Amino acid sequence: MKYWRRPLDLDQVKVPRGEVVIIAERCKGCGFCVEYCPKDVLVMSDKFNRKGYHPPEVVKNGECVNCGLCEMICPDFAIFSVSADEGSEGETAAEPVGSVRQGEAAKEDDN
Amino acid sequence: MSTVMEQTKPATEEHPIAPYLRMDRIPHIWCPTCGIGTVVKCYATALGESEVDLDKVSIVSGIGCTGRVAGYMKLDAFHTTHGRAIPFATGLKLGRPELMVTVFSGDGDLVGIGGNHFIHAARRRMDLLVVLVNNFIYGMTGGQNAPTTPLTARTSTMPYGNFEPPFNLPHLAASCGATYVARWTCLHTRRLTRSFKEAIARKGFRFIEVIAPCSTLYARLNRLGTGFNLMQFYHDNAEIMHGADPSKVDIGYQDKIVCGKFVDEELPTMLELMNAHYEKTLGDKYVPMSPEGGMIHDPDQSRDREEVAASRRDD
Amino acid sequence: MKTDPAGVLTGTHYLDGDFACGEGAMAAGCRFVAGYPITPSTEVVERISRRFPMIGGTFIQMEDELASMAAVVGASWTGTKSLTVTSGPGFSLMMENIGLGAMMETPCVVVNVQRGGPSTGLPTMTGQADMMQARWGSHGDYELIAMSPQSPQEAFDLMIDAFNLSEIYRVPVMFMTDECVGHMTEKVVIPPAEEIEIVPRILTRTPPEDYLPYRANGNDVPEFARAGDGYRFHTTGLTHDERGYPVMSAECQEKCVHRLINKIKNNADKIVRFEEEETDGADVVLVTYGITARVAQMGAQLARERGVKVGMIRLIVVWPFPEKRIRELADKINAFVVPEINYGQIVLEVERCAGGKAGAILVPHGGGGVHDPNDILDAIMGAVK
Repeated sequence: MKYWRRPLDLDQVKVPRGEVVIIAERCKGCGFCVEYCPKDVLVMSDKFNRKGYHPPEVVKNGECVNCGLCEMICPDFAIFSVSADEGSEGETAAEPVGSVRQGEAAKEDDN
Repeated sequence: MSTVMEQTKPATEEHPIAPYLRMDRIPHIWCPTCGIGTVVKCYATALGESEVDLDKVSIVSGIGCTGRVAGYMKLDAFHTTHGRAIPFATGLKLGRPELMVTVFSGDGDLVGIGGNHFIHAARRRMDLLVVLVNNFIYGMTGGQNAPTTPLTARTSTMPYGNFEPPFNLPHLAASCGATYVARWTCLHTRRLTRSFKEAIARKGFRFIEVIAPCSTLYARLNRLGTGFNLMQFYHDNAEIMHGADPSKVDIGYQDKIVCGKFVDEELPTMLELMNAHYEKTLGDKYVPMSPEGGMIHDPDQSRDREEVAASRRDD
Repeated sequence: MKTDPAGVLTGTHYLDGDFACGEGAMAAGCRFVAGYPITPSTEVVERISRRFPMIGGTFIQMEDELASMAAVVGASWTGTKSLTVTSGPGFSLMMENIGLGAMMETPCVVVNVQRGGPSTGLPTMTGQADMMQARWGSHGDYELIAMSPQSPQEAFDLMIDAFNLSEIYRVPVMFMTDECVGHMTEKVVIPPAEEIEIVPRILTRTPPEDYLPYRANGNDVPEFARAGDGYRFHTTGLTHDERGYPVMSAECQEKCVHRLINKIKNNADKIVRFEEEETDGADVVLVTYGITARVAQMGAQLARERGVKVGMIRLIVVWPFPEKRIRELADKINAFVVPEINYGQIVLEVERCAGGKAGAILVPHGGGGVHDPNDILDAIMGAVK
């Protein structure tokens, strides 16, 4: 997505940074997150998950702004973003910003 | 050469919406590019942000793809018979007035077989939030014509194209007396979530129609691609017109979709009308049902069922 | 426990059967009624709609019988005792949701004030032709309980028993009256509230983390948790496992549905109820229920005057059917005579249980009135030969 005009206070606003977490085993390869990410951070990978779908992967490290749209639009609860700003908790501070992390693998439904 | 995804650094993080879902049943049964999951996500988010007591929220679904929603939400959930979610929800609400009851079902279920119940619940202003996921088709049973299927669309029972005029759902709901009527597509995630939050905060018969893609049936039978292509269609053809006249927001086949909030009024609900009326006509003699419900329970009764049954055996 | 006195109209009344039925429901602790008008049952809900606002109950006239039954099942999940009232055509409409109540194991009572059928039939006149439908009306395998009163007094008394049975076994109970009992006015004595024992809704004591909605204890009946108490259970009309989650497999069907059947079958001895008179040494035994039992008394009396040893079994609980007793009697008697206001329904059960050892003679009546006792007499005299 491109801005159609440059915001006048762009240098004063701190752009948030986020980190995408992909629960690959749950993904059904619908492509919504890839299509609607406003920063085009994701592409469909050519790897397969266990069910044979192509999950997304992050290609533009450091550009996720933690808008949360992927989290809202994914119908399979397979992707979300967390804040990667300093001062946010735990592991994030030590890792490269905007990277992908593997979320918890989906539990197999035996029934 | 493709490989299975390597587990590089397994994190213990789970999706933020997990507390609202029955995670032991995920992944769900809905198809790739189906929009129902997105609607569930928006509803769960709205519930969380509304800070309602989740123990008092009940969700009732009918039969169909959207009817499976109750099975995935971690609330008191009822998967009822086809078309009867609304009267079932009515019984829940009247049996325990403090409950917040949401009906989550599909177009065929709620306005096809359930049409009669829909119009009467709206007329009565039953205090229900009705979320109707409209994919223009009967999905679960294989793609039959629905009361919302647009003219000329193909379905499995109208193989040469639909010739029956469909419902205009906001018009139907508004004319029957719904006090909150909105339509969104599942592409409008943030506006839909906001609409859910608004509706959760209101009382009365609240109706939210969510247009969702159906890949396996509607899109495939009409050669429209997959749900992904339908989402792109919503992106290019949805128009937001808050306050539009509900009678003019029909949806034609692959035509523009008018979204927005069409009706938002505050009118007494069925229970409020009932209480006010009985207070006026019966005065002191009126004994309303308590908000905790009409259950007669013996708090001293510490016996459980087996003991009761055993004691009756000995009678 | 003793019932809530608010619903008990203690005293000696002159009431018709429909009104007595409504009073019985209120005395039993019923506090939610959803109904749709249909002759000859409408008076039940008219009575209830008049008294409910004064006793903390909610009555709603729904848009049709399907909605009524769905609302009753829904309300029962809040722990509130729920009732609906109908007649033949509405009974047919309710069948799907009666099945839902049976599958979800929801306590509730359905009153069917029977009238002449089939279809619109004889709306203002009596019949007893829904007896098989009470047992088999909904699709699939399930068991439930059906009762039949013979007088307004019984319409009151048995309603309390009907609610109690539905609570113990978590099953819909069909209350099969008929237009004659419903519209007949007789003395009805309503005792003080302290004398009315009810079975209240029994809630589980298992904490939510360990609770499984359909795990049955030894007696096949699972523990109940109501909506709004934080149990976050899931229940469905689909074949389900102990968690209440749908499982589409033959094994799950066997576990889930077979238990529904066993719940009633294994406890049949405790549920079956009938009145027996003069069956010792009898040659002919009448098997009757409802209003026909009162007419059959006359027929039996006429036969006894002619020297025939006639016994009578009056079914109070019609389903489950008292198979054991009929089988025992079949060894000892000539024949059963079954007068009923239909062309043969309960007689089929009698015939099945008699197993050929005794005859099962039907005295039919199409509906629209009660039997002529002489027809019953003729059947008894014919059975003796």
